[in-house]
Amino acid sequence: MKLTWKEVPIGGVIPKGGVAFEYKSGDWRTFKPVIDINKCVNCLICWIYCPDASIIRLERHVDVDYYHCKGCGICAEECPVKAITMREE
Amino acid sequence: MSKIIGLSGNEAAAYAAKQSKVDVVAAYPITPQTIIVERFSEYVANGEVETEFICVESEHSAMSACIGASLAGARVFTATCSQGLALMHEMLYIASGLRLPIVMDVANRALSAPINIHCDHSDMMGSRDCGWIQVFCENVQEVYDWTIQAFKLSEDLDVLLPTAVNFDGFTITHAMEDVNVLEDSDVEEFLSIRKTKYKLDPDEPMTFGALTLPDYYFEVKRQQEEAMKKAYEKYVNVVKQYEALSGRAYNYLHEFMLEDAEAAIICLGSTAGLVRQVAKKLRNKGRRVGVLKPWLFRPFPSKELLKALENVKSLAVLDRSLSFGAPFGPLCSDVITTLFSEEKTIPVFNVIYGLGGREITPKEVEDIFNLALKAAKTGKVEEKVKFVGVRE
Repeated sequence: MKLTWKEVPIGGVIPKGGVAFEYKSGDWRTFKPVIDINKCVNCLICWIYCPDASIIRLERHVDVDYYHCKGCGICAEECPVKAITMREE
Repeated sequence: MSKIIGLSGNEAAAYAAKQSKVDVVAAYPITPQTIIVERFSEYVANGEVETEFICVESEHSAMSACIGASLAGARVFTATCSQGLALMHEMLYIASGLRLPIVMDVANRALSAPINIHCDHSDMMGSRDCGWIQVFCENVQEVYDWTIQAFKLSEDLDVLLPTAVNFDGFTITHAMEDVNVLEDSDVEEFLSIRKTKYKLDPDEPMTFGALTLPDYYFEVKRQQEEAMKKAYEKYVNVVKQYEALSGRAYNYLHEFMLEDAEAAIICLGSTAGLVRQVAKKLRNKGRRVGVLKPWLFRPFPSKELLKALENVKSLAVLDRSLSFGAPFGPLCSDVITTLFSEEKTIPVFNVIYGLGGREITPKEVEDIFNLALKAAKTGKVEEKVKFVGVRE
């Protein structure tokens, strides 16, 4: 049930923090980054450049948080070993 | 207890802000408002206040800093005018949309181009729909009184809207008058410490200014309109409490000899003094004229306006700004809408005057009254929008 104007907190405040975690911005994606883990050297350049903190660090290579990744393609552009390719959803 | 001191409009604004014990001031100097910020920065330098004074690089940043501070629960004051207010425009909507009780004094000044530093109301009218409570002052005393009352009204937890206190550039900002000021302790008691519903707090994180798409934006805006209605209701309490403290009575509108007036003039700000003086002179000649000056412009005092004009047979509405291409100036549009909505049909005409600081003379005001008296007799208006004081 959606809240009425009498019920929503004033000024559109959400009375808790960290709400961006819950928002599925992955819905916006047209191209998804796909990582070839055989090529990935775990240099973390993609992790640094990702504007949305959607690169997940693993032990030997990186992975993508598809719930939040908007598919901007910066990681693929910056990857020095071409381990990331953008594929249409 | 109170005392009388000599202050200019700008000094009165700074003095009122000081007594209101504001936590944060973020402002950028602009003529004719500069002295407000200058005086206040002296208070800060002399250690007379505990206020955090933030020097910013523009008015856009000034309002942004005010918004941040107000979100954290601070009592916030700023001042600007003209191009500065225009530069703030984007942030004005954010302040009201986030329901932040910021008080801003606006030394009304014309907008460029051509560049001009003198008074008209184009600046505030350009941001007329920004969701701020808007009051207009007639003299220095009113600037002092309204700057204090604005905090009380804005910070009411049922209201939580910012207020713009308007006063005419140079005419009021630079005029020195005897001002009745309250004791610091009286102002402190009147305003008490600001309370908040929600605030920025690292120990209790909250999300402010989150994205709302078609699913919630409309509800938030509807709620904001309700806050304006609350401001309208609470306004009475504020002026009554302030009257008990100061002995100075404010209301939605100031009414002058309207009970038996045939013709009346409505105007905002410092012009009202001159118009009343001319009205008095005409009364002595037996002409039944009156004057109505709204203190409150947003929310618009429709109900009180209708009541005040009950017996009036014709009306001239003075606008010190132009709404290019619109049927009338902003004040006249509101007045005509209000009258029409209650099926009150009397001859009304709009007078555009005083743009860019052009003075309006007693003779011109007398001519306007005579036109209105003629309209009251004939029931007709010859010229719906009249430009007074411009070279034809």
